[in-house]
Amino acid sequence: MPTLYYLYLSFALFFIGTAGVLLRRNALIVLMAIELQLNAGNLALLAFSRSLGDLKGHVFAFFVIALAAAEAAVGLAILVGMYRTRQTINLDEVATMKR
Amino acid sequence: MTLANLPSFRHLVPENILVLGILALVGLSLARRPASRRLAGAIAFLACLAALAATALTAESQPRVLFHGLLARDLFGDFFKYLGLVTTAFVILVAQRSRDAIDYRNEDREAPEFYALLLSAALAVNLMAAASDLLTAYVGLELVSVMSYILAGFTPGSRRSAEAALKYVVYGGVASGAMLYGMSLLYGLAASTDLATIGRAAATAPALPVLFAAVLCLAGFGFKIAVVPFHMWCPDVYEGAPTPVTAFLSVAPKAGGFALLLRVFGQISGHAQGLADRSPWLLVLLVVAATTMTWGNLAALGQQNLKRLLAYSSIAQAGYVLLGVAAGGVAGQEAVLFYLAVYLFISLAAFTAVAAVADSGGGESVAEYAGLGYRMPLVAFVLSVALFALTGLPPTAGFIGKYYLFAALIERGHNGGGAAFYIVAVAAVLNSVVSLYYYARVLRAMYIDSASATHQTVAVAAVHRVVLVALTVPTILLGVYWSPLRDLVHAAVGTW
Repeated sequence: MPTLYYLYLSFALFFIGTAGVLLRRNALIVLMAIELQLNAGNLALLAFSRSLGDLKGHVFAFFVIALAAAEAAVGLAILVGMYRTRQTINLDEVATMKR
Repeated sequence: MTLANLPSFRHLVPENILVLGILALVGLSLARRPASRRLAGAIAFLACLAALAATALTAESQPRVLFHGLLARDLFGDFFKYLGLVTTAFVILVAQRSRDAIDYRNEDREAPEFYALLLSAALAVNLMAAASDLLTAYVGLELVSVMSYILAGFTPGSRRSAEAALKYVVYGGVASGAMLYGMSLLYGLAASTDLATIGRAAATAPALPVLFAAVLCLAGFGFKIAVVPFHMWCPDVYEGAPTPVTAFLSVAPKAGGFALLLRVFGQISGHAQGLADRSPWLLVLLVVAATTMTWGNLAALGQQNLKRLLAYSSIAQAGYVLLGVAAGGVAGQEAVLFYLAVYLFISLAAFTAVAAVADSGGGESVAEYAGLGYRMPLVAFVLSVALFALTGLPPTAGFIGKYYLFAALIERGHNGGGAAFYIVAVAAVLNSVVSLYYYARVLRAMYIDSASATHQTVAVAAVHRVVLVALTVPTILLGVYWSPLRDLVHAAVGTW
């Protein structure tokens, strides 16, 4: 399959992820949408890596997966801490600091 | 000169020292007896100082490329490592007597964890400063982000702190997602992850995809340095995070972000026709910088919480520094490095003053600072000097830093940059005038609006007194005798 198809798919994923971040207010869903964004980047990296015949993109994707896992772990821990103090994870409801 | 893996370690001594310090702290926290905050702080502080000394001792004017091109070891990166490590050393001291970071009045069991996270963040800033490849740039930026998320939410049982961490992680995740997508596009356009190669390829590749990828990358870097429109997290996180962490965030990750910004987008790889010379990109940078400083200053006008006011002020400061990046060239880059070094002392002094007031039971709102000039004369004096320096008034170092920034802008406008540079230079000066208004509000509260407040002297912790003096001396000294810093900056930029 041509590389361009993969890029279209990665762009669609990135768009869905960005839309999810902007439109959803549940912090859990927002974290999932961020994962979609990261995976869009991964897919583009792998597609370019294949078409260029260069392994660096593959290596990059592995690092991204590891770091995304670290970020998700920290994000979920913070979410749990938030739920304990407020009993909600809605991003609009947790805001108490003055804008 | 590109080095293979094993010979590279010789040039990585500072980072190895930091790793040893982190491991020692992790071991300390695993030990059965709760460790004292003094022991943990001493380990962290010594590791920081040793890393600082190692950086200075192993510095060479000959630039080297380590690990087959992943990291650069040059005076430019070393300069940013100094900034990150000096910041961390001061923050370690301030945290000793900050209840929101280490609850020293009840038990300081969490001290080793706090310092291990802080040192990890310092290590990540070092990585950002030395990154010469998209991979290391991404890893460094993500590592400093993840550490900052945890540190921002470190105050146990605090709603504000938890809220700061949640907002930070959400905005940070989006910014890093966008940046990763931009990086993957840059990789596809340049067929390489090496920053220098990308810079060269960007000069010849079609303009629109390069601009798209560059703007996406700017989301990631712009998030770290808190420029509009990637600044939304900044006031909430600065207000909610423990004050020493806020002090750290206001300097070290910003320095790392600017190092990356200069390396990726500047012409610092020795080729004149980099991305920075292409007009749409330049326009983006100028507009972002001008919007950032104006927005930051206008939003700061109505703030009642001092930490929040300083957060908006730090957004405005990032806008000024970004002007230097847009001005480019040797003069612009030198101005950026100079201002960041000066800003380190000023910003840390301001936040240390806030931490000292909080430690003695004072509040964070400007109204509660009434009469501080009589209750805590030293703290009020240091805060006043810092606020004058943030405005850019002589004889403080802030004046010299701003002078170099604006001079670089005018010079660029004179050398074919066009009217846009003159316009933003005038806007920047006007912005400084606006900022004087809200800084003066704090000064008035401390020295004039004190009729209702008590004038009884309040004691300040010794460690805070030492840090406050140590930060104020360079702020004033660099305002009258700045040639040593100027030479250091000159050498750092001159390695290219």
